[in-house]
Amino acid sequence: MEMPTRSAARAAACVVAVLALTASGLVLADQPKAPNDPTQPIDPWDNPYAMVDGKIDFGTYNGFRRYHASCHVCHGPAGLGSSFAPNLLDPIRERLDYQAFQETVINGRQVEGATGDRVMPPFGLDPNVVEYVPDIWGYLKARADGVLDRGRPDHLAKGALKGRE
Amino acid sequence: MRYRATLGLAAALVAASGIAFANDSVLKNTANPNNWATQLGNYAGQRHSTLDQINTGNVGNLQVKWTFSTGVLRGHEGGPLVVGQYLYVHTPFPNNVYKLDLAEKGKIVWQYEPRQELSVIPVMCCDTVNRGVAVASGKVFLAQADNTLVALDDATGKVLWTVKNADASKGATLTAAPVVVKDKVLVGVSGGEFGVRGHLTAYNINDGKMVWRAYSTGPDAEVLLDPSKTLMMGKPIGEKDLGITTWPGDTWKIGGGTTWGWYTYDPELDLVYYGVGNPSTWNPVQRVVDNDRAKSDNKWSMTIFARNPDTGMAKWVYQKTPFDEWDFDGVNENILADIPIAGKTRKVMVNFDRNGFGYTLDRVTGELLVAQKYDPQVNWATHVDMATGRPQVVDKYSTFHNGQDVNSTGICPAALGSKDQQPASYNPDTGLFYVPTNHICMDYEPFKVAYSAGQPYVGATLSMFPAPNSHGGMGNFIAWDASTGKIVWSKPEPFAVWSGALTTKGGLAFYGTLEGYLVAVNAKDGKELYRFKTPSGIIGNVNTFEYGGKQFVAVLSGVGGWAGIGLAAGLTKDTDGLGAVGAHKALGQYTRLGGVMTVFGLPD
Ligand code: HEC
Repeated sequence: MEMPTRSAARAAACVVAVLALTASGLVLADQPKAPNDPTQPIDPWDNPYAMVDGKIDFGTYNGFRRYHASCHVCHGPAGLGSSFAPNLLDPIRERLDYQAFQETVINGRQVEGATGDRVMPPFGLDPNVVEYVPDIWGYLKARADGVLDRGRPDHLAKGALKGRE
Repeated sequence: MRYRATLGLAAALVAASGIAFANDSVLKNTANPNNWATQLGNYAGQRHSTLDQINTGNVGNLQVKWTFSTGVLRGHEGGPLVVGQYLYVHTPFPNNVYKLDLAEKGKIVWQYEPRQELSVIPVMCCDTVNRGVAVASGKVFLAQADNTLVALDDATGKVLWTVKNADASKGATLTAAPVVVKDKVLVGVSGGEFGVRGHLTAYNINDGKMVWRAYSTGPDAEVLLDPSKTLMMGKPIGEKDLGITTWPGDTWKIGGGTTWGWYTYDPELDLVYYGVGNPSTWNPVQRVVDNDRAKSDNKWSMTIFARNPDTGMAKWVYQKTPFDEWDFDGVNENILADIPIAGKTRKVMVNFDRNGFGYTLDRVTGELLVAQKYDPQVNWATHVDMATGRPQVVDKYSTFHNGQDVNSTGICPAALGSKDQQPASYNPDTGLFYVPTNHICMDYEPFKVAYSAGQPYVGATLSMFPAPNSHGGMGNFIAWDASTGKIVWSKPEPFAVWSGALTTKGGLAFYGTLEGYLVAVNAKDGKELYRFKTPSGIIGNVNTFEYGGKQFVAVLSGVGGWAGIGLAAGLTKDTDGLGAVGAHKALGQYTRLGGVMTVFGLPD
């Protein structure tokens, strides 16, 4: 049961996702979307991801993989949240910038609560995360911006674009 | 080699005290059907009760008698124990234990509320679950998340002794329920996703001294097996130190093989049975010897062990999934029963593995008798070769064959397995097994991962989706004939059935659902007779007991665990070819976090 690549279907899915998000009021007007500019270097601050013909840059694709290896067990599939840890797409849309994201991932966070303690582990010493924080950010940002749907994204070859890859 | 010294000392102690039989208290408590005295109901792990006051005729009138909030909103696995007048209930992290008095509708007799480092929470891959306590010999045993095994005084709840079983800074934790056999308490370890080297350990119940520890990987002397005596497929293993030679370099030291499932015991044969989990990492390419899968069994991951409880020595082994490529974590329970095989009653054990095969083995020798798919969707292997015991892997679904950085698609079952830890039940009246199952498939892409102590060591990206071309749901509750390896009936459920099953002499089978329903069905045909929605999703086990002449059914609600992670947002993926997946609603639309025990009974 091979899954052929279908950029057209995917593009359509993205449109649906964006519409759904807009309808539920989750896209905030004051948080600008990333430039998504393949002509510029990929960079977590100015151009965290870029999509060409329905294919995402390789670094952001790697972010998808790293996210689902290191974060998914708590934050659920595709940043959507689980019974254990919060959805990450809403805070990225609403307030988290790369600086705050990076700090949380490196240092972690502990919140003691009456109904159960919440702990986000520090990843500062995890080589499978530290080196790829910009990739994971690119992935979650592309998700938050409605550019990537759930599931495994089609991607460009490694080195196809300038920048962090 | 500190551990060898301990072993020697312990052996001397056992010899000196001359303890041969029991634990008498466990045998006595489980023989009385009014009790539910161990997590699996009895040593054989049958989760069956001979109580019949609640039966097919009146179960429809079942009502809630009383409830107890645990005060913790996390995944609640395991279930309450009942011995005589008292009920024992545990919580997920921080692992509180409450002893309740049934004579006073659940008044708290004592509570134990340990303080544990919060840093242990993030190493409990997926959720801070705990599968319950053990009560034996005037003590209550609890395996805390932070690797502390604690013995409490049954009368007062005071700590009698504690012992540290493993190191959380390396990613090890405890989630499994301890089991008391004779004068020993058996404890496993979790942390396969952190490269923990698994082991099963026996401690003396009186003082917490380690008696033996059997590792899942490494030299025979540390695995506690004798290649000239320990049987595999009916013959001595022969080759030495397969726990080293079937791994590249010294990867066996971070090779996983944790032991977080359930342990069963046959007092007559004097053998303890348990399953060993997946090898670490999930990327098979990092576990291959000479790029040859035939040399790379990664022993003794994914293996059923039968061990002598006094010495830990392995009597026989059977490896279900050599060289795992899918995270088919082989820890599921081994249920002991005496059933006919080709017209002759045999002492067997039945295992519903994560890999989707239902195995029936001779529990005396480990001979493989039956191995059949208990979900028709299972596709990663065509069948199990009965001569070698090996699954015949389909290249298309082999994540090793397809290679690193390649997404292998449409593999059934998903890493969750056709069944996870949620224990099944054996009903001697029908001769059938009642199995809570998952009906979920996956795409799996392995990639290179670096090991760093205490950090996740996973190395694969997965996406999961309901089994295609089926009823669209993600679970089934099935009745299974282990003599022939056939599904007798199968009842579809919208979500994975993630709760432990119960059968009773009243002709009933019970299970819980992820939306939170307690369900009772007719054990004969699976026809639904009762359904009640509890406060949160059920991943605990349904138990029954009798007090004051009345039968009760009790279950913990509190969604979470792997199920809560994967399903909270709903499963989906590219929808092409998958039919009605898009229509699937997320579990989050049905239930929320909770932590409540609900006790059911008939109207007065
Ligand atoms: C062991 C579970 C766990 C893992 C693994 C985990 N997280 Fe978290 N994370 C949490 C919890 C719990 C919180 C919420 C803490 C709180 O309530 O403030 C959190 C919070 C966060 C936040 C802050 C969100 C906000 O609203 O400010 C970010 C960002 C984050 N996590 C990113 C990640 C990334 C990226 C990874 C993978 C590299 C990851 N987490 C892995 C449990 C986890």
